[in-house]
Amino acid sequence: MTSPLLQIDRLTRRFGGVIAADAITLDIPPGEFHAVIGPNGAGKTTLVGLLAGEVAPQEGAIRFERSDITRLPVYRRSRLGLARSFQISSLFSDFTALENVALATQAHRGHSFRFWRDARREAALHKPAQAALARVGLAARAHVRVDRMSHGERRQLEIAMALATTPRMLLLDEPMAGMGPEESAQMVATLRQLKGTMTILLIEHDMDAVFALADRITVLVYGRVIASGRPAAIKADAAVRQAYLGEKESSGHD
Amino acid sequence: MTASFDPPLEHAPVSRLNGRTAFIVVMLATLALLPVYTTLTGDSFVMTLFTRVLILALGAVSLNLIMGYGGMVSFGHAAYLGIGGYAVGILAKEGIGSGFVQWPVAIAVSALYALVVGVLSLRTRGVYFIMITLAFAQMIYYVAIGLERYGGDDGLTIYQRSGFGGLIDLNNKTVFYYLCFALLMAGIYLVSRLINSRFGLVIRGTRSNERRMRAIGFPTFRYKLVCFVIAGALCGLAGALLANHTSFISPALMHWTRSGDLIVMVVLGGLGSLFGPLIGAVAFLLLEEVLSRVTEYPDLILGPVLLLVAIYLHGGIEGLLQWRRHD
Repeated sequence: MTSPLLQIDRLTRRFGGVIAADAITLDIPPGEFHAVIGPNGAGKTTLVGLLAGEVAPQEGAIRFERSDITRLPVYRRSRLGLARSFQISSLFSDFTALENVALATQAHRGHSFRFWRDARREAALHKPAQAALARVGLAARAHVRVDRMSHGERRQLEIAMALATTPRMLLLDEPMAGMGPEESAQMVATLRQLKGTMTILLIEHDMDAVFALADRITVLVYGRVIASGRPAAIKADAAVRQAYLGEKESSGHD
Repeated sequence: MTASFDPPLEHAPVSRLNGRTAFIVVMLATLALLPVYTTLTGDSFVMTLFTRVLILALGAVSLNLIMGYGGMVSFGHAAYLGIGGYAVGILAKEGIGSGFVQWPVAIAVSALYALVVGVLSLRTRGVYFIMITLAFAQMIYYVAIGLERYGGDDGLTIYQRSGFGGLIDLNNKTVFYYLCFALLMAGIYLVSRLINSRFGLVIRGTRSNERRMRAIGFPTFRYKLVCFVIAGALCGLAGALLANHTSFISPALMHWTRSGDLIVMVVLGGLGSLFGPLIGAVAFLLLEEVLSRVTEYPDLILGPVLLLVAIYLHGGIEGLLQWRRHD
């Protein structure tokens, strides 16, 4: 049995009286496409914050490749190969798509205390960046400024940014957020290509996407894991149906 | 397209022939030929005024590096003018007249001060950052007032300009003017290299989206700190020049309104543009000079002008020059 790439061990975070993460325990083996779902307020965003290093847990531990990263600052986690995308596109809006991704590449090519040479003429930064853009279908849009790109393109660029850091694991925070059906389908295609090439933890609202892509699914309700398993098992799980899927069916949307 | 507050990430200097390039070329040529005018007419006032413009432009270039490209709005930048100036003045009074000592000391002490202020302020953002930089500058201001030996509140006359052993004679006003001009050009060139280097992209990325910078693996704090120190050193040099220009230093050199003036120059010229600070310094100081001749209350006119620029010209004067390209 291979040891898990990411180990989440009894991770707990309270905000005042609200428990956003309640002793979350989860192992993700290398290469797995794992999805976390849950109704609004389930603590999905908190989980992303905890894993990325923006939110500090009160209890519990996170291990990445068996080393403890619970207290590591955000940039160190990125250096270790844990890359994230943002739910609300978080890009350099006055840069072009290529410049965005090149900056992510640069972050993982040694220190940046290089003061003289023109970084935008460095092929060592541009080639990998261009490759990352190609993986999300944005190769032709490399020189377009981000503030002139469509929502769907920005979502794809989010993924490219994470890919450019050559991660071992992708932490995707609702990549389909705010997308129409066409854009969603495109994103699913992108993620399907990535599946198997690296470990992926997908936090998502879009049920169809989750069930189409995930090897395993974890269901979060009120900060607690209520079920974790293969998609078929999750679909059949009575507690899940009641807490989440059933509720969704009856109300039609979340 | 709405006007963007953020300066576009583009290559500069540009070789394209457009209104903006032409304007800058004409401005630089005029500045370069100014001493000729003075020699021909014997009117030394203009050169004295413009020496001051060049020096403060160097200070504005320094401020633009952190404020325009790095998004760090320092409201205490005049402190470096003061530190640079006092380094020259104090050393001169203590009998050390060599510029080879005075100027490096001015630069080094400014850098050190920037390091201390930076360490304590750069973890904060926005208004807190502004307040901390202001508070430190005020502290230095009152320290200078307390320096009885060096004139306290009244200031200190510098009887001998920095000596460079016969290499350059700063007593010659034309020589000094060209030295300031050369150093300003060197400063602008330095910034142009910096902002396009890996380091510069980290700085600009951090201004644009610091959270994302951390997420992709950059320890942003240390880059901002180094940028802050470089800017401090550069402005310290401007302070050394200013002391030599006026042959006099006083706490007024670093009064907080001076820091405000530097911010105004940068914003007026165009935040985050290479030549913006120079354009801003020329415009601001000329406007101030002209207005103070026609009215007793120049600020009454200067204020509304700045207000209009702030409201309608987000790219400053420099932005206005390239405005036509966008439409």
